[in-house]
Amino acid sequence: MSGSVEKVAVIRDTYTRFNASERANHWVVAVCAILLMLSGLAFFHPAFYWLTALFGGGQAARVLHPWIGVVMAISFTGMGVRMFCQNIWNADDSKWLGRIGDVIANRDENLPEVGRFNAAQKLVFYVMFWSVITLLLSGLALWHQYFGDLVPIGMQRFAGLLHAVTAAAMIITMIIHIYAAIWNAGSTRAMTRGSVTGGWLWRHHRKYLREEVAKSK
Amino acid sequence: MASLQSLDVRQRSASTAQPPSVRRDLEIAKLIDVSKCIGCKACQSACMAWNDIRPPVGINRGVYDNPNDLGPETWTVMRFAEHEENGKLEWLIRKDGCMHCTDPGCLKACPAPGAIVQYANGIVDFVQENCIGCGYCVKGCPFNIPRISKADNRAYKCTLCSDRVAVGQSPACAKCCPTGAIVFGSKASMVDHAQGRIADLKSRGYAKAGLYDPPGVGGTHVMYVLHHADRPGLYANLANNPVISAAVSLWKGTLKPLSMIGMGAAIVVGLLHFVTRGPNEVTEADEENARKLKGRNAA
Ligand code: SF4
Ligand code: SF4
Repeated sequence: MSGSVEKVAVIRDTYTRFNASERANHWVVAVCAILLMLSGLAFFHPAFYWLTALFGGGQAARVLHPWIGVVMAISFTGMGVRMFCQNIWNADDSKWLGRIGDVIANRDENLPEVGRFNAAQKLVFYVMFWSVITLLLSGLALWHQYFGDLVPIGMQRFAGLLHAVTAAAMIITMIIHIYAAIWNAGSTRAMTRGSVTGGWLWRHHRKYLREEVAKSK
Repeated sequence: MASLQSLDVRQRSASTAQPPSVRRDLEIAKLIDVSKCIGCKACQSACMAWNDIRPPVGINRGVYDNPNDLGPETWTVMRFAEHEENGKLEWLIRKDGCMHCTDPGCLKACPAPGAIVQYANGIVDFVQENCIGCGYCVKGCPFNIPRISKADNRAYKCTLCSDRVAVGQSPACAKCCPTGAIVFGSKASMVDHAQGRIADLKSRGYAKAGLYDPPGVGGTHVMYVLHHADRPGLYANLANNPVISAAVSLWKGTLKPLSMIGMGAAIVVGLLHFVTRGPNEVTEADEENARKLKGRNAA
């Protein structure tokens, strides 16, 4: 035994990154998106048809998919309204995106300071925003049970193509979004529990931290 | 019907495995000679009787078409068109129904494994117990044939009496046609038979008489002899050059492998990034900087 161990209680300031209603909204959207992806992939590619079993079979998956889509569209509208203003593109975002190599290499010191959302998060928001609108409209045109007799056949065919292209783009975006949460340790907690540490904000959203600190002073 | 050995499957919807292909089945076809049809609708009755389907009683729309359209319980319908040619009225009566395409758009579009099959003899059949009622076949078909029942959300259309053909019988419609306007046999013999009919029509002044076996869908197993083969549209808007829509081909063709590669690549790149660059973690220095900003000490 060499000397005494000094116990230091380190203060970790925590900040609320997403409040309870933002988190709830996000997870309603996320669960819908996952369910839609699973059932949608089943209709898209035969390799995934077995996923219909998760929904109680092909007929049940066909019935559920569009209704889940409606819930997703409504709940995403909530996200869109909440997050729209914080996702407006600015000059720093272009600069940040220009240094995407540094982002990927974890060289955060070379990046401009970021507000509540960085350029990549904003891009995810835009892709989701336009995808949800496109998927909703093309999905309605594809909803044969109710709209099959109303929508002209040419439009139905185009809707099928558009729905699949947009869904593929959205799934790829979702993969990137989920990976980014794994990669940037601490992000998942922000969306599950709501809180992040000061250090996390300093690292990833310094401009936002400065604003928050200034507010509290 | 799909498991009868006498009906080998050539293609199955939403399935990638190779179907049994050691036997070479004879390709069959039904030939409908529009110039011989008198519009008696015996074929419609025979179809209803054999397949045991009854459409609900409809309303008269002022034309002879009855019912007015194909439906889940109406797999064939006579479409009456009035046409004037050389100062004479021609009553063009076309028996509409599934054409049993060699390259069936319905099958290409269908997402449910085995809901649509094409037998080696060329018949395209809907297997209702596998159908999920999505209506994609409607989008895939260039002839506007499949109908989804509101009663059970499953797709129906002419089977070309696959059950009869499997046991060596001709389709019910061909069996009962009183004028012999519907004949059934091997595809080659039907093409042959048509040539005789076309020569006859030409000799009677129909210079453009011809066979309707559209190459855009690889040919069909229901063919028409038309007096005006240069203008199929005269026959209640029969498609001039039917093809599977480009949107459906892209959606069900190129896009599938492309998006699978895209999604797979996103996952692989993410994984590789994680194992090469590692996670982006908050350091104690970051926490210290944040505390300084707030004017606090660590302890
Ligand atoms: S509705 Fe048509 S495309 Fe959909 S599963 Fe049934 S047969 Fe296939
Ligand atoms: S006519 Fe339509 S329903 Fe019949 S085989 Fe061709 S694509 Fe399928």
